[in-house]
Amino acid sequence: MTQQGVRWTADQVLALAPDAASRKAGSKLGAAGPWSESGSADEGTVWGLCKGSGSKPYQTVIDIADAAGPAYKCSCPSRKFPCKHALGLLLLWAGGDGAVPPGQPPDWAEQWIKGRRQRAEEKRTAGASGSAPGSADPEAARRRAERRAVRVTAGATELEQRLTDLLRGGLAGAEQAGYGLWEETAARMVDAQAPGLAARVQELGAIPASGPGWPLRLLEECALLHLLDQGWLRREALPDGLADTVRSRIGLPASADGPPLRDRWLVLAQYDTADVKLTTRRIWLHGADSGRTALLLSYGAAGRAPELTLPVGLALEAELTAYPGAGQLRASLGEQFAPPAPAAIRPPGITTTEATARYGEALRDDPWLDSVPVTLDRVIPTPDGDSWQLADTDTDTALPLTPAARARPGLWRLVALSGGAPVKVFGECGHRGFTPLTAWPRGTGEAVQLY
Amino acid sequence: MNSPSVPVDPPAQDAWEELVTAALLGTDRRTPPGSAPGREAPAALLDAAAVETVRRRAGLRPALAAQRPEPAPEDTRPALPLAAARRMAMLLADRPGMAGGARRGTSPDLVELLPEWLARANDRGFAPPPEALPALLDAARGRTDLRPAALTFAGPRAVWLARLNPDWRFALRATPGGGAALPHLDDPAEIQQLWQEGLFAERVALLAAIRAREPEAARELLSTTWATERAEDRLMFLDSLRMGLGPRDEQFLEQALADRSRNVRATAAELLSALPGSALAARMAVRAGACVALDHTGDGPAIGVEAPHECDAPMERDGVVAKAPAGRGERSWWFGQLVEAAPLGSWPGRLGGRTPREIVALPVRDDWQAELHAAWCRAAVRQRDAEWARALLGSPSAPEAGGPGAVSLAERAKLLGTLGSAERAEWVAGFIATHGLSEAFQLLGVCAVPWAAPLGRAVVDALNIARDAGSYPWSFSGVMGLAERCLDPAEASRLDGLLAVPDEPEDASPGAGGYWAEAFQRLVTTLRLRAAMLSELESAAPTQADDTHPHLTTT
Repeated sequence: MTQQGVRWTADQVLALAPDAASRKAGSKLGAAGPWSESGSADEGTVWGLCKGSGSKPYQTVIDIADAAGPAYKCSCPSRKFPCKHALGLLLLWAGGDGAVPPGQPPDWAEQWIKGRRQRAEEKRTAGASGSAPGSADPEAARRRAERRAVRVTAGATELEQRLTDLLRGGLAGAEQAGYGLWEETAARMVDAQAPGLAARVQELGAIPASGPGWPLRLLEECALLHLLDQGWLRREALPDGLADTVRSRIGLPASADGPPLRDRWLVLAQYDTADVKLTTRRIWLHGADSGRTALLLSYGAAGRAPELTLPVGLALEAELTAYPGAGQLRASLGEQFAPPAPAAIRPPGITTTEATARYGEALRDDPWLDSVPVTLDRVIPTPDGDSWQLADTDTDTALPLTPAARARPGLWRLVALSGGAPVKVFGECGHRGFTPLTAWPRGTGEAVQLY
Repeated sequence: MNSPSVPVDPPAQDAWEELVTAALLGTDRRTPPGSAPGREAPAALLDAAAVETVRRRAGLRPALAAQRPEPAPEDTRPALPLAAARRMAMLLADRPGMAGGARRGTSPDLVELLPEWLARANDRGFAPPPEALPALLDAARGRTDLRPAALTFAGPRAVWLARLNPDWRFALRATPGGGAALPHLDDPAEIQQLWQEGLFAERVALLAAIRAREPEAARELLSTTWATERAEDRLMFLDSLRMGLGPRDEQFLEQALADRSRNVRATAAELLSALPGSALAARMAVRAGACVALDHTGDGPAIGVEAPHECDAPMERDGVVAKAPAGRGERSWWFGQLVEAAPLGSWPGRLGGRTPREIVALPVRDDWQAELHAAWCRAAVRQRDAEWARALLGSPSAPEAGGPGAVSLAERAKLLGTLGSAERAEWVAGFIATHGLSEAFQLLGVCAVPWAAPLGRAVVDALNIARDAGSYPWSFSGVMGLAERCLDPAEASRLDGLLAVPDEPEDASPGAGGYWAEAFQRLVTTLRLRAAMLSELESAAPTQADDTHPHLTTT
């Protein structure tokens, strides 16, 4: 792998930034001014000295060769990760105008890189020799799992009782009860070690304030929660795949144990959602040869960017391992054989009619599914009153956008990209509508991120 | 309807609605369909609702397509080079105000580079990537000074886009014809129709477009409906004659001097006085000449002034405003207006065949010098007379040029505007070399960007002197900011010597040396960034990374 082949674009670098302020600070440092003695080595390291406010410049070094994503080290005191210096240096390097010449790393950079490589090597040999950590005592693990199942069963039973009480008294009463009722129930589900139930209960609390039609939506969600409770309580009677799906929806831990699938994976979309405690990153991949769509999840503590970053529009040669559960697209990223590189692959698209049918079919395996990933081919973003839809070019059918997607600036990028002409759009299609995530213009243009 | 439509299936629909009603009221009050009342009713309701929910979701179908938008007009300009497109995204992402008033440090102020970037991109005739248009329109929305260049660059698709988003309505106003295409200017019938029936903004745009191509035709079009236009509209239309003003407009303007509206009369008089050969200019020359004469009674020739004693009706008709503003004497007020409107070419004949430079050098009796020279300045600007401007500016190194002389800095800045850009830069460079930077901000503002080499060096030298004098750099933040945007990027290498933190002399302000080094670092960083940014716009490379992976095919 030559260095030229892996040189990134500024967009990819900026995608690494933990927040908007870092992105801005980093882009300001992406000019030659404050940098000195910067350089890069073919095996994938970049280093440099950045003049800050103190007398001693900060030493910044980045290892971009690691398959698990880039690693950074900087002598600055910032707790942001990566810090603005690392971002700025990568931008300078991505700019490619000779400001970061190839060369031999200085001692301070060399030491860190060597240390890293050595630890990575040790880890690899340790991993290859077998015993994964944690599985030391299978008997103890089994007992732990049994204890947890008992608690989840107690939680699910309690939740059933609360739902029954709610329906007996009427949903109208829920409007007055407000958040408090649900907050408390959600806390009980956390105690019962059923985070999936807790999250669903929490969401119920917001529905009575969500505008006209809320009783209908509240009944739907209560019914699906009831279905999940019942699925858990009768899991022994379910087919294996569905039982795994129920376990995953309840929030029990699972490990990706499917057969590894090697492919050229095109990064379709990457987006983050954040709540108070956690930032969740979703990365959608499309296998160029297998045609499979897969989802990678990565988490970061609040305010921190999740570690895994895969720039949209690039493709990587890698192995993916599926998580258990029928209709589950989640996978974990295994060995990467080459870093992400530009590729002219585009996913094949379908019509809006096929997209809704695909969602319907997916519900057979997982009735709790809110949406499925689809690529729509030849659709035109079309205004529809206050709302927007993606209309098929050749038929009179269309998918409305979700209310959330309508409010995002990405909508206008999509409309501008299309200019009233057909475009290819990847996104999530579900009962709330369509959420566009990435679009490709006619011709050969690059993928445009919409989230 | 926000979600895809649910298949219409009346009995099922009714069953679902009954479930929702029962759930809303509670099973104690309403027994859900298909179940017995009692303890089991809620569970039965939830079972039925779960089946119904999944059934409804699984049966979703697409909605009916609405009327699709008209396709956007084709943008035939070549696409922006990839590197330049990324640069633009970065400049646009840097919103002012995000810094929260923090000290600027050594990093460049990216958003301030947008005007230069846009100007160069427009010079090169590139089209932006369509997906960048929303950010471009948002930037133009926030900064009116960027609008003309941003909208030119944004091109026809931005106007198309602006029709779909009320936030960007300004783009329609700013575009000739409110975004509607102007008629072919070769089709008289279409022109007549738009002129007779169009909205005011459309008509102004039409008149301007015709004026730019055929000044005569525009004036003739205007005169066909002149008598029936409203006063405010007449004023705007008259103002559009400013472009391409020539002697052939005189007759029309002369008629407008008799207009019912005072503002229209004043504008007509102003336009006529900018035509030195007009009858109005000649009348003004006679009136002004009667007030100014050579006076030989003293130690040598001097100018004597006898201001007018009254403002008669013909003077008022020629645009002289009779009522003086508060605090000004009537006679000097009238006098100033006469001299301002009189053709400058008439003065040498009136004052003994002297050149403008000699005339300006003549002493003026009885404290009239300030009034007379100020009026000549206004005349030189209005008539764009470079020779008079030069004479009135005087030498940049003259001692009085720096202080409050007869000609203020604001007037000097306007006078400089009548000179060519090289001469302007040279004069300001001379001014800065003598008087330093404290008064130079306004003058620098009228110099062409990038600054010519002598001007740039004069500014850098003066900054260097200011640093050595021990003051803080923020006393010069205005000039620093201008220098970041206006210095020729090629000068960056000459600044390397200024980047180090110097030893602090004893009388210097504490820490100033460090702040100066920081300010110069920012200057150099910004210049480097501008050099990179401009070179990206020069490259004529293909705009897509299309040849890196020829073996991969598009599916």
